[in-house]
Amino acid sequence: MDLSILSFGASGWGDEMLVGAGMTFAVAISSYALALLIGVVFAACKLSPIAPLRWFGNFYTTVFRGVPELLIIYLVFFGGEMLLRSVAEGIFGYDGYISLPLFVTGMLCIGLGAGAFCTEVIRGAVLAVPKGQHEASEVLGLSSWEKAYFVIFPQALRIALPGLANVWQVTLKETALISVIGLVEVMRAAKIASGATHQPFTFYMYAAVLFLVITSVTNKGFVRAERWSNKGMER
Amino acid sequence: MSEQGNAHSRTGIELQNVDLFYGQFQALKNINLSVAQGEKVVICGSSGSGKSTLIRSVIGLEHHSSGSIFINGERMCTDPKVMAHVRRDVGMVFQQFNLFPHLTIAENCMLALLRVKKISKEDARARAMTYLERVHIPDQADKYPSQLSGGQQQRAAIARALCMQPQYLLFDEPTSALDPEMVNEVLDVMVEMANDGITMICVTHEMGFAREVADRMVFMDRGQILEIGDSEEFFTAPKHERTKNFLDTILSH
Repeated sequence: MDLSILSFGASGWGDEMLVGAGMTFAVAISSYALALLIGVVFAACKLSPIAPLRWFGNFYTTVFRGVPELLIIYLVFFGGEMLLRSVAEGIFGYDGYISLPLFVTGMLCIGLGAGAFCTEVIRGAVLAVPKGQHEASEVLGLSSWEKAYFVIFPQALRIALPGLANVWQVTLKETALISVIGLVEVMRAAKIASGATHQPFTFYMYAAVLFLVITSVTNKGFVRAERWSNKGMER
Repeated sequence: MSEQGNAHSRTGIELQNVDLFYGQFQALKNINLSVAQGEKVVICGSSGSGKSTLIRSVIGLEHHSSGSIFINGERMCTDPKVMAHVRRDVGMVFQQFNLFPHLTIAENCMLALLRVKKISKEDARARAMTYLERVHIPDQADKYPSQLSGGQQQRAAIARALCMQPQYLLFDEPTSALDPEMVNEVLDVMVEMANDGITMICVTHEMGFAREVADRMVFMDRGQILEIGDSEEFFTAPKHERTKNFLDTILSH
């Protein structure tokens, strides 16, 4: 096997693959940030005493956990385009081609899907904090915000971390689906390279290695975070 | 009699005709009890008799269905403002300690001082240390709850409650979750507090402690107060048959 096709520069595809891996990481991390934000907000909705908020939260998790990620991508991609076009035409009278940037589309799709899983992980973690912790906070006179922020959330975070690490891994892998809309992340780069060189196995193998590098490095971060959050909790 | 009815004393805790239902189940039946400032009242009774529910309803962890509960003349209700007032005056110690596991002992004591009393960090720390000394564990201040024994944890929880300088302190079976050899260190601290003059309502099965500390004893059975009496009389000459049976079983060893 001639590995010179993985070299950098004009003759090799190494640089394209690395840029693709960078894009994969960028999409994954921004999707994950969005997913965490969604997770906190919708977990709060689903745990709210206000019924319409609970319905809204349930609706979101039901839809986004129940529909395949690939379908979400197509729906957001084509739906977003339709929406943008009708807005552009209706309001600004522009009728040329217009679409959402691929990166934003990818981030939205992956983030919305992963957000539904984060919501459930965080909701479960909040429910796992013992009732006595709520009671002790209330009796000391903490407001419900203070209780949530200083007492419940830090403990829920500790419980949620393994689940959230899991969602991160899934998020990272799901970015591969974004290649269908043409964003050049590592999968797309591998496809282009293998098409040009007729060596698909080499490039898909390389893509697999790049995924493994990203997951194992980021996993270390989660291990550290878990250790940090377990302070005071040794068993 | 004119003092009662709609009126109530300006200080103290007063429960008037309190009923509490969980669905169909009546956990408290027509409870009437008043506790004056400085008084020590011990509530006993078999499990499920409503003792915990009674003191939990005083601090608004349970909500009574009818009747009234007054704390220093303020009528307890579900309004957050009223509950905040009440909780400024009343502290509580739980069976399971309920320390915050992610905070050190000192931080446990300081959290509400900083957020609710809004005093400075230095003052909060100083006050935390004062009360940790009162419960004889100043050297544990910077450890996490999981690093302490059960008895130390419960004393830390007592210090946390004392830090808020409440007028009334409620104890919900404070020694029931402890290993036997740790019960006394907690009871000793409670006796010291009683001698310092804080008003206490204590649910406990520790009859030795009750006898030493209580001004009055309350015996509950199936959600009702069956007997209230001066503690000496309660132990030597209980009026009610059920009280006798209860004391016989609990003091039989």
